[in-house]
This record gives sequence, C-alpha cells and structure tokens, in this order.
Amino acid sequence: MAKPKLAVWKFASCDGCQLTLLNCEDELLPLAGQVEIAYFPEATRAVVEGPYDVSLVEGSITTADDLERIQQVRAASRRLITIGACATAGGIQALRNFADVEEFRSVVYAHPEYVETLDRSTPIAAHVPVDFELRGCPIDKHQLLEVLAAEIQGRAPRISSHSVCFECKRRGNVCVTVAHGTPCLGPVTQAGCGALCPSYDRGCYGCFGPQNTPNTASLTTRLRVHGMDEGQVLRVFRTFNAASEVFLRASERHETARTSEEVTP
Amino acid sequence: MNHRLTDGGQVMHVDTLARVEGEGAMHIELRDGRVIDVQLRIYEPPRFYEAFLRGRAWTEPPDITARICGICPVAYQMSACWAIEHACGVTVPEAIRLMRRLLYCGEWIESHALHVYLLHAPDFLGYDGAVDLAADHPSVVETGLRLKKAGNQVMTVVGGRSIHPVNVRVGGFHRMPRTSELSALRPVLEQALEDALATLRLVSGFDFPDMEQPHEYVALRPEVGYPIEEGRVVTSSGRGFDVRDFPLHLDEYQVPHSHALHARLDGGTRGPYVVGPLARYTLNHDRLGDLARDAAREGGLAAECRNPFRSIVVRAVELVEAVSEALRILDVWTDGAAPSVPVPPRAGEGFGASEAPRGILFHRYVLDADGVIRDAQIVPPTSQNQAGVEADLRALVEGWADLDDHALQHRCEQAIRNYDPCISCATHFLDLSVDRS
Repeated sequence: MAKPKLAVWKFASCDGCQLTLLNCEDELLPLAGQVEIAYFPEATRAVVEGPYDVSLVEGSITTADDLERIQQVRAASRRLITIGACATAGGIQALRNFADVEEFRSVVYAHPEYVETLDRSTPIAAHVPVDFELRGCPIDKHQLLEVLAAEIQGRAPRISSHSVCFECKRRGNVCVTVAHGTPCLGPVTQAGCGALCPSYDRGCYGCFGPQNTPNTASLTTRLRVHGMDEGQVLRVFRTFNAASEVFLRASERHETARTSEEVTP
Repeated sequence: MNHRLTDGGQVMHVDTLARVEGEGAMHIELRDGRVIDVQLRIYEPPRFYEAFLRGRAWTEPPDITARICGICPVAYQMSACWAIEHACGVTVPEAIRLMRRLLYCGEWIESHALHVYLLHAPDFLGYDGAVDLAADHPSVVETGLRLKKAGNQVMTVVGGRSIHPVNVRVGGFHRMPRTSELSALRPVLEQALEDALATLRLVSGFDFPDMEQPHEYVALRPEVGYPIEEGRVVTSSGRGFDVRDFPLHLDEYQVPHSHALHARLDGGTRGPYVVGPLARYTLNHDRLGDLARDAAREGGLAAECRNPFRSIVVRAVELVEAVSEALRILDVWTDGAAPSVPVPPRAGEGFGASEAPRGILFHRYVLDADGVIRDAQIVPPTSQNQAGVEADLRALVEGWADLDDHALQHRCEQAIRNYDPCISCATHFLDLSVDRS
C-alpha cells in the first residue's frame, strides 16, 4: 500500500504548531517512514503534487488571498486537521475583531495602504469543513503524534475534552486556587498541556481554549474572590482564544462592567 | 519560476521560500547582466501585536509577545521583561539573570540545531530537506535532532515547555527549577557538547562560495561573557551606546513589497547593517569561552567573518558556546534564590534588548501610572536584516550571472537562508522571484 501523503499548511500564525512536528525529534524519522511528507515548505524544498491524504493546517484566516487558498487546500485534502489556537479559534490576532482594524494598521504601518488585511481573524472551520481540531497555543506534541497515529490507523484520535483540573489531580499537583488563592482558568480550560502552569506555581491562562462543559460564570465569581478586577477577568478570557465562542461570551459579559482605570497585575 | 521577457530581460521568482520560518518570496529582475531590482517579499499576514498590546497590563507582554514566534519565544519574553522592568525602575538579582541566561541557552541550542541541520545543511549537501538527507546520512541528522532535543529539554525544565514557555514573568520566574530537575540536564548537555563539536567539524568542511560583504555589524556586548540575554549595543564602525539610545540611531521604514518594516542605522549613511551570528561573533569573539574559541579556530574562522555563507560555521561555534555556558550555569547554581522580585508599575518608558538566535530583538514600552501599556514597539532581527539580505542577493546575482537559472536561483535561496530569516517574527515575511532583462 502506498504511504499516506501528508501536507502541512500555514496561515496567520507564529510557526510554533508546525515546529511541534519538527520537535518530535525521536519520532520524526520513523514517522517519515510511515507517511510521505508531500508538502511542508518549512522542512523541504521538494513538493509532491496533491491530492493529499492528510493536511495539517496551522494559522487563521486574515487576508482575502487566504480565504481563497483555504478552499484550495480543502479541495486537495482527503482529511483536514487544524492545529493550534490560531487555526481552531482565530488566535491572538483575533483581538482585532474587537477593535478598529484601520486603526491597528495605522499604529503599526506608516503606509497602511501597502498592507492588505481583513478586519477579522477567523478559524479555519468558519470557511471549510474540518475533520478534527487539535487545540493549544501551542499544541502538545504527544497529542499531535496521537492524532497522526490515529490517521495512519484509520481510527478516531483519543484526545480528552475534559478540564485541566483532571490533569492536575493526575499529576498530584496541589490546587493553586484552593491552597494559594491564585486565580486559575483550569476548571474551564481543555486538558492537553499536562497542567503545566499549576505545576509551575501559576494559574492556567486558558491557552487550550474551553473544555466541553465549562461554567465560566461560576469560575468568574472565584476569579473575583481571588482578586481579579473586571478588566483582568475580561483580558484573561480575551487573549489566546479570544474568539472561541465560550471565552467570547465570557469576555463580553465583562466588557460593560470594565472600568478602564482599573488595571492591576 | 524563471521567465524571459520579450525585451531580453529576465525574471527569477520564487513564490514560497522553503526551509525558512514563515512565508516569503524572492523577486529579482535582470537586464543585460545588471540587476535592476531585488525584493525579498514578506507576505506573511500581519498580526498587529504592537496595536493590541495597547491597553493591556504591564505584566502581560512576556506571554503575549512570545506568540510572535514559535521558534524564538524566549527572545521575546526576555526582551519584554527587560523593557518593562526598565520602565518600572526594577533591577533583577544576579540569580534571575543567570536563570534567564540558562533558558536562553536552551533556545539558542534548539534554534541553531534546527537551522544548521534541518534548514541550512541540506543546501550544502545537495538535498531538498533533512528527511532526504537522513536517507543517505542518518547519523548526521540523528546528531542534529539529538542536539535540538537537548535545547528543548533545557527550555522544558526551566520554562515548562519549549514553545511558549509558561514559567517566565516580569520580575523573574513563577517558580525556580529545583537543583534535582536541573541535574537531570547535565548528562544531556554533556552529550550535546560532543554533538556541538561534531557539528563544527561537519559544517567547517562544507564548500563555501567566495563572497565578502561590507555590511555594518551590530550586536550586543555585555559586561562579561558572550552576548545572549543582555548587553549594550556595539557596532563594527566603532560606535557603542546603551539599549535605551537604540531608537535615537534606528529608523524603521516601510517598503511596498514587504509586510515587515525595514530598518536603517544612523540614516543608512554607512549602508545596510546586519545583526545575528556574524555580527555577534565579529564583535565579541574575545568573549567566547575556551572551548568555543578553540572550535572557532578549528573551524577556520578569523577574528572577523564577512562571508554570509559561513554563518553556519559561526552557528556551530555558538552551539559550542551555548552548551558550555549552560553547563557552567549548572555548575554554579544553588537552590534558594527567590523566583522573582516585585515589579510595581509606574508611569514611564522602558527599553530592552537581547540576542535572539537571529540577532538583536528590541522592545520599547510606554506605561501609565497604573501599568497600562500606552505604546509598544518591537524591532525583530529579521526586519533589520532585510536590507542586508537584498544587498547580498544583488551582489550574488551580479557576481554569478553566468550560472544557469536553476543554479542561480538555488544559490539565491541559500543566500536568504544564510540569515535564518524568521518571517513570522518580521511581520508583524518571504516569496523569491529573478527577472533577467
């Protein structure tokens, strides 16, 4: 049987999620024995023509050209998997969705007319059907390998959608909120990182996006009890997964309550 | 893509540059063997970091700006911390500086090993990429991957993870790594030192095109040691100034073909300036440790290195230095240092710079009394190197116009990779095209 053809595509992003594939130092060469790396410009000049069996897509849609390109990628791909917060939720660049993009453009560029951009950053699934979304900013390499193994074996990937709290328990972490009063997004955030932040004595900041049954209203009460003001609550939901629906609604509830003077650490 | 024009001109164009970080293209136009135009086109979509940092709290830039680049997040975190701490009038204790340097050594090892083995070496050895290279030379690629992994392990222990580390905060770290966690790195780094020396022997045997470029070199230079996490700015024209004065010398300007701002030093009167390994080495080789200095000599490097193609040798020397330095830090580290110091906000402006693997990364923030960011400026190394890259392409095409299109195009791509351009960083960039008229 011919090896499945793998393609890696980049849209607006930091390169970190595709780097995760190159960070599989022990698995990269065995993986190259299982799949044909057919299109991966960051790693090779060689280009094998499509169609592709599996496409990994990093990044969000922010330009008119990319709106067209994602349609071509979808048409050339049997299975399309989005990787990372940009591709699954619009990424941090979706902060433009809450602002005037013309003003953004003029803050950064003296000649804004040279720069073409859409006024919103949107996830891939807003434009084409997506077969699986792998979360994280960045994605976790073990989860990426599980997704690729599942694709090669023709089964569903075993990726949990429960909260980070489960991972803290499994790791034996003392709860940073209960024990130290540290505000933590762990209860509403999807597992996958291995509960990294609490393991480093800080609260989770939600980089894997919302878990499957999040209660953001209840968590917000706790965040306030532990000293976050409205501005902080707003910003903690409005960072790396700002445009994911659950975090979007949570931040909007605090938009009106926010007083711009109150910014504390 | 190459095509001849009806007037006898010629265009060479590469739409998607491979083995670079981010999206860019090259466009070159030739007429009667003369280069008419060279453009390094950065079409990576802009993400507007400097705009959305406005209104955020002073504590947020380390986590937010890390996302500018998955390859060098630590550089962003470090430059951001220095700038914010400077604005708030806080100096961190030596232990925190030392742990920042260790984390940064991890990033240099990971990033340089990635570039040397996966992105750059295939050019010299005649392969499309590292996977093809591995089919014929498995032990070469295995050495590179093992070295890269060692860098990632350092970042994982100190930072929590290698891409977008979670442990960095303004004022220091959330938690200091324990001696027991650090000691696990020692055997990894001892192997890495052998691998770094093997890397130097490998790359110094490559065939380098003859090329010398007169660019002004700009690098940091700290009080002691090789420049990594901090230093004042020095140049090959003999100038030296504090990081806070960088904006007085630097002027960023926009060109229509790039989403990344270009940069000039002192009005550009001395021609393009470049940052990165060649500049760092030339201005600081006296600061290398004994092992790296011996490695530089073994690699055939003189006190000054002006051939951009030899940057791969300098990266190998810097791998030796980063691994040795990480081991040295492990030797002197003792438990008990506070993980961070408080950084209360105050109104003011702060400046910070560090040596990302690709060169100086500069940050500037203006804060109000409550710590709200009112203005942010980020000048990444790839932006600063664009003019130098274009000058190299121009010199190269004029010097090698007798090469066939395919060979010339490949060499041009290689000339771009000499700078390890990080386009995701620069746009806040790469597409290659040659037009022969």
